[in-house]
Amino acid sequence: MHPHLSFDQAPPISVPYRFFLVAPWFGVMAGILLAWSGGDALASRWTPEALALTHLIAVGFMLQAMCGALLQFIPVAVGANVWRPKLVANIVQPLLLLATLLLVGGLLFSRPGMFTVAVPLFLLALGGFVVVVALALWRTPATSMSLWALRLAIGGLAITVLLGSLLAEALARGFSVPILELTDVHLAWGLGGWGLMLLAGVSYQVVPMFQLTRPYPPWLTRWFAPLMLLMLLAWSAQIFIDPVRWLPLIALCLLSMLSAYAASTLWLQYTRRRKIHDATSLYFRVAMLSMLAFVVSGAVFLLFPDLGADPRFAVWLGVLAFAGVFVSAISGMMYKIMPFLNWLHLQLLNPPLSAMPNMNRMIPADAMTGQLRLHVLAVVLLLAAVWQPGLTRLAGTAFAVSCAWLGWNLVGAVRRYRTFKDQIRAAALHC
Amino acid sequence: MSITTPLIQHHKHCDELFASAEESCANGDWAAGEKAFALLQNQLETHFTSEEELLFPAFETATGMRSGPTEVMRGEHRQMRGLLAQMQGALASRDSDTFGGAAGTLLILMQQHNLKEENILYPMCDNALGASPVGASLIERLSPS
Repeated sequence: MHPHLSFDQAPPISVPYRFFLVAPWFGVMAGILLAWSGGDALASRWTPEALALTHLIAVGFMLQAMCGALLQFIPVAVGANVWRPKLVANIVQPLLLLATLLLVGGLLFSRPGMFTVAVPLFLLALGGFVVVVALALWRTPATSMSLWALRLAIGGLAITVLLGSLLAEALARGFSVPILELTDVHLAWGLGGWGLMLLAGVSYQVVPMFQLTRPYPPWLTRWFAPLMLLMLLAWSAQIFIDPVRWLPLIALCLLSMLSAYAASTLWLQYTRRRKIHDATSLYFRVAMLSMLAFVVSGAVFLLFPDLGADPRFAVWLGVLAFAGVFVSAISGMMYKIMPFLNWLHLQLLNPPLSAMPNMNRMIPADAMTGQLRLHVLAVVLLLAAVWQPGLTRLAGTAFAVSCAWLGWNLVGAVRRYRTFKDQIRAAALHC
Repeated sequence: MSITTPLIQHHKHCDELFASAEESCANGDWAAGEKAFALLQNQLETHFTSEEELLFPAFETATGMRSGPTEVMRGEHRQMRGLLAQMQGALASRDSDTFGGAAGTLLILMQQHNLKEENILYPMCDNALGASPVGASLIERLSPS
């Protein structure tokens, strides 16, 4: 019938955790880099510091966490069983870590030679990841709009990596490519084709699940992913055609799509059946509000090109997208996934009912909401620092501390998992 | 309407009951919480036994798959029953922390369980069982009394 459908939903707990535990520390590095650079680091998106910061967050924080989450999510949500997930995680995660450090080092110290080592590592790690995940997503018998978004997202990741590799090789070896256009297209595929596509595909499932909301409107789930693909392909035309007069129109369409997704999510949350708030639902709200702020800012950029000509404007958009949308949504997801996975894997030990701790005991609620508040403060400071360079060191420090707190909370979850596991085993020995 | 449509509709019904029970207990309205929780427990139990006694055996007979998805689902039913027992204990001792923690855990377990059923197992059952009389029996068991 479906010979590859094993239904063994959960990969070993180490698979997502080895990615999750590393991700926040890249955020810490980004914060420290900003605090150390100070002043003009955020003057334009092209400063070595800004390029390094972008990749610390995009590849170090976001991609690490997203790879781990995807390996955990797809078997459960869409029945896509990944081939030997532990082996895949053990190879992909350290390679990705090393490649990110080399890339960031190369960008920060303007040493393109480091790219020639980073690129093969990225291609090996993410090429392998894309193949394994794509195979799982294409072989599953399940059908849902979520699945289509996830399939397109993994394609988006492949294109982002290929374009990034091309850019890095061009810089390292000095061959001629349209650097600015290629960078814009690489960024659009990374944020839209991979990041947002994945976020949307996951949201279709988890927003109704965690808050008991109604499902997303069918017009949105049906059209969002294919339209996004179409827009990204049109956006990519700028590599080949010069000049592309309809680029602002594409940008406007993309902004409309973002606002439809973010407003729908906020509306669903507002009309949810479950009235209990937790760090995850609040984090999602922060992410969606940041997305709406991105849309408004982007629209201003398009309508008043003179205002948008200030190079700081692109940095403002970057802070909203990376720190406001993605770091928030990912932090919220990790706060939900890790306590549940702790519980699920402790259950496998068959503990007596009285010895089984529930999810709320895995990460203290106060620690999560406290960290969330600090994160929001850090995002506000980062946005302010774009226009007031004097605030850059403070904003960087706040972001570093917030990410360290996140990392500490996640480490605490693993520590409690080990403690409870020992307690359950000890109780079993005494029975 | 497919054989498993009543089960999908019943998932939504249980979601509603869950939200009522959780909200009442979180607000300290224990009397309403007890009533809502009793209804939730009763309906979840009805749902589990309908699957375990009707749908799963029919699917296993039709496909010969006895240790596959249905076994995993039975295991998750056991886990959910354990959480309901924890919630019941917390309710009796008016312990809102433990109730909230067990309820939060049940919610995610229940939702990911439903996801797997609705996206994967139910379509397999619909394919395997066609016009089997199991559908009528499920409607009878799950319809509000």
